Amino acid sequence: MANLSPNALLLGTFEQLGAVGWLFFKTMKNLFRRPREHHILLQQLEEIGVRSLPVVSLTAAFGGLVFGFQTYTGFHRYIGPGSETFAGPIITLGLAKELIPILVGLMISGRVGSSIAAEIGTMKITEQIDALHSLGANPIRYLVVPRTLAAFFMLPCLTLYGDIIGILCGYFYNVVLMGVNRVMYVQNTLMYLEIWDVATGLIKSCVFGVVIAIVGCWQGMETEGGAEGVGRATTRTVVISSISILILNFFISKLLPATLKGG
Amino acid sequence: MIRIIDLHKSFGPKEVLRGVNLTIEKGETMVVIGQSGSGKSVLIKHLIGLLKPDSGEIFIDDVEITRLDDDELMRVTRKFGLLFQGAALFDSMTVAENVRFGLERYTRLNEEEIRKRASESLALVGLNDAECLMPFELSGGMKKRVGLARAIAYRPEIILYDEPSTGIDPIRADAINDLINKLKNDLGITSVVITHDMVSSYKVADRIAMLYDGEIIEVGTPEEIRNSRNAIIQQFIHGQAEGPIKDG
Repeated sequence: MANLSPNALLLGTFEQLGAVGWLFFKTMKNLFRRPREHHILLQQLEEIGVRSLPVVSLTAAFGGLVFGFQTYTGFHRYIGPGSETFAGPIITLGLAKELIPILVGLMISGRVGSSIAAEIGTMKITEQIDALHSLGANPIRYLVVPRTLAAFFMLPCLTLYGDIIGILCGYFYNVVLMGVNRVMYVQNTLMYLEIWDVATGLIKSCVFGVVIAIVGCWQGMETEGGAEGVGRATTRTVVISSISILILNFFISKLLPATLKGG
Repeated sequence: MIRIIDLHKSFGPKEVLRGVNLTIEKGETMVVIGQSGSGKSVLIKHLIGLLKPDSGEIFIDDVEITRLDDDELMRVTRKFGLLFQGAALFDSMTVAENVRFGLERYTRLNEEEIRKRASESLALVGLNDAECLMPFELSGGMKKRVGLARAIAYRPEIILYDEPSTGIDPIRADAINDLINKLKNDLGITSVVITHDMVSSYKVADRIAMLYDGEIIEVGTPEEIRNSRNAIIQQFIHGQAEGPIKDG
């Protein structure tokens, strides 16, 4: 890479973007075509969704605790005792709109994206993808579509689950540990929180799910050169999908209205 | 019938196929010989649409396949069974599930018929008791035989064998040669065998084609190839280090 001229680097980047765009297009084209691989979809729903629950639980719990701690400290130090009851809406808004979708996206890109790339990459170098083709299974329909659909459906579920855990942990820190007024805390939270705030996070996580699955499948299918190639594909998947999540998060936040009440 | 016309394929700067022309008649066993890395596997991957050529045409029963889209190509590849060089078994499935895979997609057989056909195919390659094993529990030779059972299970019209005898002991290799001949004689299957094993070539071939430097340099019956005056062919079939063929 270091020896590449800027032109070659630019060309290479567009080539890669073209390749991932083409895979996305083919995935969309094959989304509703038969035969549908229901059993693979179910497997992937379990793999991406159910098996990610422990890591999402931990991430959301400690995310909620630390966010609760910092928000409490901020209100207590800068506004004064009693104002901590407003930590509730801040924690809920921050977690549901930004922190949990991003944390879940990053954790899933590490856990699931890398495993998708490794699995498909190994299939690629051992000619199993060619075997699929020769035995009448379209590799896009068999491998990419179920993983993309599963990630699309499971990321928002995990995010919603993470929201609940994170918000409860924020509540636990402020109300149970620090003695903030429980009634005021809940009342303020309910007063300022909109369903749209939670929905924004869920919309983002749908996009992140598609990004993780497509990048993982793309890198897997591009794998060359044995075990080293599989290692490279998994690393690249995590790096590319994590960066894409952070960048897309900003743009989606800007594009989606902050509230549906016209504020 | 398979007709390959002026097929060219490059990978980056490396030109692997430089105008391959070859016709394979229905019911015939064509053996393609050539050095390792000469493009034999690349050639058969074109036949099944796994690779797209840079130029040239491939006709399968008068259908030109190089410009077909994925779904149209699937209909043509139904005619093919492919035995991969490394077997390419699905490592998340049992042996039986591997063999059933093509049957479930390519045939309208019911569950019982699929089970029976899978067992028959495994019995043909001498692996009756391996149905429940996972690929990682098999030796290299067993994997190859499962790959063959998988390729023949749905009774394709054409079978492509990529190095069928590599990694198998001579007795098993000979049994596979017999199976190739049996499939041809009993079911009229057209076979394309890629190999550099001359013993197998002479045993199964109706005709032998030599791929050298990206081109088919000679096609003939085993007897014609044995008696060829081409020094390249003579060096290759006698496995001599000295001669016009140089390493790399």
